[in-house]
Amino acid sequence: MGDFIAKSLIQTLHTFSQMVTQFLPRLLAMIIIVVVGWVVAWLAKVILPRILNLVRFNSLFVRAGVAQVLTKAALPNPSELLARLVFWVLWITFILFGLEALQIVALQEEISGLFRILPQIFVALVILFAGVLIANFVSRATLLAAVNANSPSPRLVSTLVRFVIIALTVTMALERVGLGRGVVLIAFSSFFGAIMLGLALAFGLGGRDLARQVLERRFLEEKKEEDQGISHL
Amino acid sequence: MSDETLLSDDFLRQITAAGEVDILVGVPTLNNHDTIARVISAIRVGFVKYFPRDRAALINVDRGSNDGTPEIVKSAAVPDFRAFLASSPLRSMNTLTTTHGAMQGKGGALHVILAAAELLRAKACAIVSPDLESLTPEWIEALTRPIYREGFDFLAPIYQRHRFGGLLVSHILSPLVAAAYGCEIEEPLGGELAFSGRLASHYLSQDVWQLELMRSAPEIWMVTTALVGEYRLCQAFLGPKVHSANPANPDLPVTMQQVVGALFSCLEAHQSYWMNHEGPRTVPSFGFQYDLDLPSIRVNRKRMQNMFLKGVQELASILEPALNPATLEQIREIARIDCEDCRYPDDLWVRTVYEFAGAFHRSVINRDHLLQALTPLYLGRINSFLIENHRSSADGARERIKKLRSEFESLKPYLAERWNAQT
Repeated sequence: MGDFIAKSLIQTLHTFSQMVTQFLPRLLAMIIIVVVGWVVAWLAKVILPRILNLVRFNSLFVRAGVAQVLTKAALPNPSELLARLVFWVLWITFILFGLEALQIVALQEEISGLFRILPQIFVALVILFAGVLIANFVSRATLLAAVNANSPSPRLVSTLVRFVIIALTVTMALERVGLGRGVVLIAFSSFFGAIMLGLALAFGLGGRDLARQVLERRFLEEKKEEDQGISHL
Repeated sequence: MSDETLLSDDFLRQITAAGEVDILVGVPTLNNHDTIARVISAIRVGFVKYFPRDRAALINVDRGSNDGTPEIVKSAAVPDFRAFLASSPLRSMNTLTTTHGAMQGKGGALHVILAAAELLRAKACAIVSPDLESLTPEWIEALTRPIYREGFDFLAPIYQRHRFGGLLVSHILSPLVAAAYGCEIEEPLGGELAFSGRLASHYLSQDVWQLELMRSAPEIWMVTTALVGEYRLCQAFLGPKVHSANPANPDLPVTMQQVVGALFSCLEAHQSYWMNHEGPRTVPSFGFQYDLDLPSIRVNRKRMQNMFLKGVQELASILEPALNPATLEQIREIARIDCEDCRYPDDLWVRTVYEFAGAFHRSVINRDHLLQALTPLYLGRINSFLIENHRSSADGARERIKKLRSEFESLKPYLAERWNAQT
């Protein structure tokens, strides 16, 4: 009996050491691929904008009006944006190759599944891009409006607006790639509802007096002062 | 040539019936129920009193009032002139009315008035604000006589103002026009102005009527276009300008965006002119200027200072691409100083405005956002001006404004530098 247990243990240990011996080189290969990928992607990110600047890549987009759209949304110029895109595409590609090198069947199936939903991923990326554009634009407009209205916490308000728009966009993008469809939607709805409820309670219960003061100052005192104030035009 | 499709059939019929006129006064309206009757009456008395032998017409272009303003204009009775004058008018007075889409803004109404002026072959045209409480018949004479009798092409108003009145005009608009175009116009945004038939045709020939700048501040475009076209300009003193309180008037950031944006857009359209133009050009002024003791005003300086501080602290992401690092650092230093000692010096203010103009031209960020970000800095500068001048007389404040204007003029090369800068 004891012999049998010892034999089994030795057998298991042997199998395990064989698996580790087989797996370690693959893991090492994966790490090397990922690191090399990062270096290649980083080099591309550094070199590409310089090459694009030499060929006046940005001016093409200025003429087409694309650069202005990016500027309005507080995004970098087209060459910088392309360089960032190339960085991520290259690095993600190398990561996928690295995972392939592990030769884990389940993982390989997942990766091939990932390639199948590539069109959806592209649409999701477009949604994300549009969302970031809108979030940047709206949050900056909110910040300006809050500063010019002399509101107490302009940056907080603008960050909150940006966060909500990006959260909504991420939800839509995940919905597009079919990742936990119902769960994502429910999570977002619950999360958004919780924030609103929390804010309502915080402001309603915790800040009743403050709210009254803010409203009075906004609509009564300032009105009175502005009526007697200087004229700008 | 005027665009006749711009004018409705009914309005064209009214123009045909009126024939030709010598003097035309246009009044664009939008919900001016309270003041319009008085304005119409003052214009008519002005015609009869000062131009009894001339053919005159009043044109009202309504932008979609819902308070019965057009009906008031149509039904306004001709005043009993015997109450004002020794004699009756020798000519009949025409009153033409039409409506125009509110979407086109002030520029749309102006376009209609110009088209009508060309068809009526008017020799002198004036535009008058519909919400003026201080309009008298004398204003009609002061506005149109230099054009009609003296051969000038454009007349800008001079108002009698409180020493702290019209600060956006005196701190940005007027000195920037003077520096860039080399011509000292005190009120480049005056709602009351006049121009010749010749200049009206020139305005009509320009392809600008759909531009954003024409919607809210066409007056700036009119002044600068007259300057660029080398037309004969003059100014006339009209007296105090009192508008009725209108809750629909835009607040300061929106005003800043519309008005300063319109001037920056004009600089962009006329850059080949102002880059190569050397001033100064003298503009004759008509009328007897006087000072009145205007009641003192209450100003919430603390709020202005707070908004300045908040703007400098919170808007770094907008100010950094717009301003030179040295300029921004100086502004930040001012923001660190206590309110009572805070001074925003002339040269720094001029550099701020010029750098914003350059940033606007290069579209470093969304232009509307950029212009709104100027508001807190403007309030900081105004606060500094109020601290410096709270005890000074009207003359003293005027001297300070003149000094600021000189600073704008002496730093004009910096405007060109920032305008052409790559970053």
